[in-house]
Amino acid sequence: MTRDSRDALLDCLLENARYSTDDLARMTNLDAAEVEEVLAELEADGVIRGYQPVVDWEQTDRERIRAIVEINVELDRETGYADIAARLAGYDAVDTLRLVSGDYDFHIEIVGESMRDVSAFIADEVAPLPAVTQTVTHYAMTTYKEAGVEFGDGDDDDRLSVSP
Amino acid sequence: MGIELSARVDAVPPSGIRKFFELAEERDDVISLGVGEPDFATPWRARTAAIDSLERGRTSYTANRGMLELREAISDHVEREYDLEYSADEEILVTAGASEAVDLAFRAFVDPGDTVAVAEPAYVSYAPGVTFAGGEVLGVPTRERDEFRLTREALEASGASDAEVLVLCFPNNPTGATMREEHLEPVAAFAREHDLTVISDEIYAALQYEHDHTSIATLPGMRERTVVVNGFSKAYAMTGLRLGYVMGPSEAVMGMNRIHQYAMLSAPTTAQYAALEALESCDDAVDEMVAAYDRRRNFLLSRFDDIGMDCFRAKGAFYAFPEVPGERTGDEFAEALLKEEGVAVVPGSVFGDGGDGHLRVSYATGMQALREATDRIERFVAEH
Repeated sequence: MTRDSRDALLDCLLENARYSTDDLARMTNLDAAEVEEVLAELEADGVIRGYQPVVDWEQTDRERIRAIVEINVELDRETGYADIAARLAGYDAVDTLRLVSGDYDFHIEIVGESMRDVSAFIADEVAPLPAVTQTVTHYAMTTYKEAGVEFGDGDDDDRLSVSP
Repeated sequence: MGIELSARVDAVPPSGIRKFFELAEERDDVISLGVGEPDFATPWRARTAAIDSLERGRTSYTANRGMLELREAISDHVEREYDLEYSADEEILVTAGASEAVDLAFRAFVDPGDTVAVAEPAYVSYAPGVTFAGGEVLGVPTRERDEFRLTREALEASGASDAEVLVLCFPNNPTGATMREEHLEPVAAFAREHDLTVISDEIYAALQYEHDHTSIATLPGMRERTVVVNGFSKAYAMTGLRLGYVMGPSEAVMGMNRIHQYAMLSAPTTAQYAALEALESCDDAVDEMVAAYDRRRNFLLSRFDDIGMDCFRAKGAFYAFPEVPGERTGDEFAEALLKEEGVAVVPGSVFGDGGDGHLRVSYATGMQALREATDRIERFVAEH
């Protein structure tokens, strides 16, 4: 498949990952079988790693706590960033894990059902790792925007319904 | 007995759009594919620039022609994007929307009794604007078999050789038609041979999906007889900010400025700041909007194909212009579709004689609405 059709489909899915195969086909001028083929290819190549909804948890009655943790590590002959990352990524509670530039090394986001859960996880599982020299934990208080989606009331379409 | 309207105003009927607007307003479940403006909000950087300018108290008039910095940015922009070379000094005038620019052009170039040839179907403001300026409108039809491009044959057959002014708008509202250089050249030759002044409304220039934009002013011998109208409304989703501009030879632009300086003084200052920022930092936002329109265009044309509605492949603006299926007129179809299924489209007849038998369907609306609307149109067509 051409690079163009891969890019076109990715752009569609970034707009809305729930578009049906039919809609995707119409929007990209491909046929449905081609869409399925390109999507399968994107998945097999590890370009598309998953499909998830963008959830505003404040609108649910489920408790969900998110903490952003800055982690400093000390590398040694046997331990590189990838080793530490593999160790951290294995935990279900670790939602997001990135190596970053700047004052600390890893930026991780921990998700749990309560602040106690999350604190315990950091204290029991993250901080004690031999490579970890320091952690700074920030609890997320309010989410205003996630994955490109604003969590406000949204803009009403206030255009005239028919205009020249 | 009260105030008597001038004959010029009396001669112009109210817009045919109005009737559909009122019908659409009667119910609250209408999905509108009848909107002639973007569904996106103005890019945030342009909005913040407008807010910043207000906070700094930039609320006085600007130079009549518009802020020099903005005219310079426009000059760079049109050269980079469209190979149009106009000096910021005397060849660019910033206006309150492209609409003002079109109106200024009519008033500056049309004498009472002059004939103004207008490629039809056309945006609804041209004919009234010509009438207000005291001119006579000569409709020059564009046809579906030519993908609604203006042809030399149509100009000849309509008697446009006797006209003083020619108005064209490509990409076109309402058809979505575009014209490549090879299609513009015969029109340019006709304008040169018959000494026509050309008003080229290129407000949709940034919204083209299959080829780049060519301005007729870039063709040989055309710069000196053409004014090019453009603006920020469509490309940058800034309709309510009311900002456009017109470019042409200095004597033409200065002539338009003579009206503008008395009638408008200067275009809205806040909008000028927003526009400057739009030109400087919003290209990516425009690219994203263009990509979204293109996806919707593909979707819509594909759905028309399923439904069995004939529709040429419109390549610009955000309109498709399908034929009315069945025996009804465009007006009847659009009215029944609105009443029975709650989908608003605009009958082509609103845009002049050549539009009869077609519908203007705007895809300046989200995919979800577009999907639901096309499902309803499909059901409506199947039942009639």
